[in-house]
Amino acid sequence: MESPFRSEAAAFRFLLVTIGAFALIVAASWIDALLGLAVFVILTVAAVVVYLRQRGPQPAREHMQHVGPPDVRRVLVVANETVGGEELMRTIGDLALAGRSEFYVVSPALNSRLKTWTSDEDGARVEAEKRLDATVDRLATVGIEAHGTVGDLDPLVAIEDAVRAFHPDEILISTHPEGRSNWLERGVVQAVEARYDAPVTHVVVDLERVTP
Amino acid sequence: MSAHAEALDDHHGPPLANQSSRVDARTLGMFLFIGSEIMLFGSFFTAYFFVRVVNPSAPNPWPPAPYDFPVFVAGVNTCILVTSSFTMHWALQSIKRGQRAGFLAGMVLTFLMGLAFLLTQLIEYLNVGFNTGAGAWASVFFGLTGLHGAHVFIGLTLLAMVIVRGFRGHYSPEHHHGVELPGIYWHFVDIMWIVVYTTVYLL
Repeated sequence: MESPFRSEAAAFRFLLVTIGAFALIVAASWIDALLGLAVFVILTVAAVVVYLRQRGPQPAREHMQHVGPPDVRRVLVVANETVGGEELMRTIGDLALAGRSEFYVVSPALNSRLKTWTSDEDGARVEAEKRLDATVDRLATVGIEAHGTVGDLDPLVAIEDAVRAFHPDEILISTHPEGRSNWLERGVVQAVEARYDAPVTHVVVDLERVTP
Repeated sequence: MSAHAEALDDHHGPPLANQSSRVDARTLGMFLFIGSEIMLFGSFFTAYFFVRVVNPSAPNPWPPAPYDFPVFVAGVNTCILVTSSFTMHWALQSIKRGQRAGFLAGMVLTFLMGLAFLLTQLIEYLNVGFNTGAGAWASVFFGLTGLHGAHVFIGLTLLAMVIVRGFRGHYSPEHHHGVELPGIYWHFVDIMWIVVYTTVYLL
């Protein structure tokens, strides 16, 4: 959503809209006070609806600049509860075998909406930290060196933070299967593909599948 | 390797500031400041509507006879302030296009119109015929219009800084943030006046 005070031009447009809206309210109020109130309510509701429906300016596609030794591929791994899943571990293993790679794991602090609103996120961060540590330890046992961090609840914000800190060459996103994945429903993978010019690999981890 | 990438590799000392927001930090600061200002005005409007609507002994008519609000003078003042927003917008568009004469003329005109608004409001206060002791209705009148007047004064101070810097050769099509932010503030002051004028004088 675009804030009317994000730029001078947006503020100026908002001023023009305000002039028009209040002129209507005053004109209606001079006819009848209740009509003025009705116009005020209608315009307020309309403004809220338009504001909520408008799409903010699309950010420009970001170019990923390689950082560090030229022969080392930097891979950003983003995963929720699926962070220790077999499919993800296998994909990371394949990448590690393909060439020298550096892995940076981001584990978003998943939280309920109510707890997010009340800033009660300590528990979520502790859980995310545990998942992250378990994954890094597990990768270390098979000889893959990785480090990472706990990220924001919002995967796109978590990825953006990690991109600025790590400068990856590739992004690996792990989700639940279609139908059970909140991230897929929100189009996180497509959003990341649209925002960054680095290759994005989507790994589906089915934690409910019973392994033989 | 880009300058930023090199800086990341060769960086010593405290870690670089993490900036995940795509809004410029200074613009975000102004946006948050305006958010707090809206809440401040909201509290004054709450007092105003309490005195005028909720209060069982609210004077009817509003304002009570024999007093009257100078609607016409305030209306002219409104036109002056709204026009100053147009000149402000013109000034910013001019500097974005590298037209310094238009930028400076727009800024000076905006400042003069803002000053005219403030002086007219002061004269209005001197001639209105009542003061805050006349009742709660007068207190909320002076409270709301005075609060707005204080914001106009702050806005004029910001505009004066921009004008001084502008005449000293500052700002360019690439660097005009120092004009944009006062411009946002000035439009906010203008929008608030439209709400104040409509609520206090017209309705």
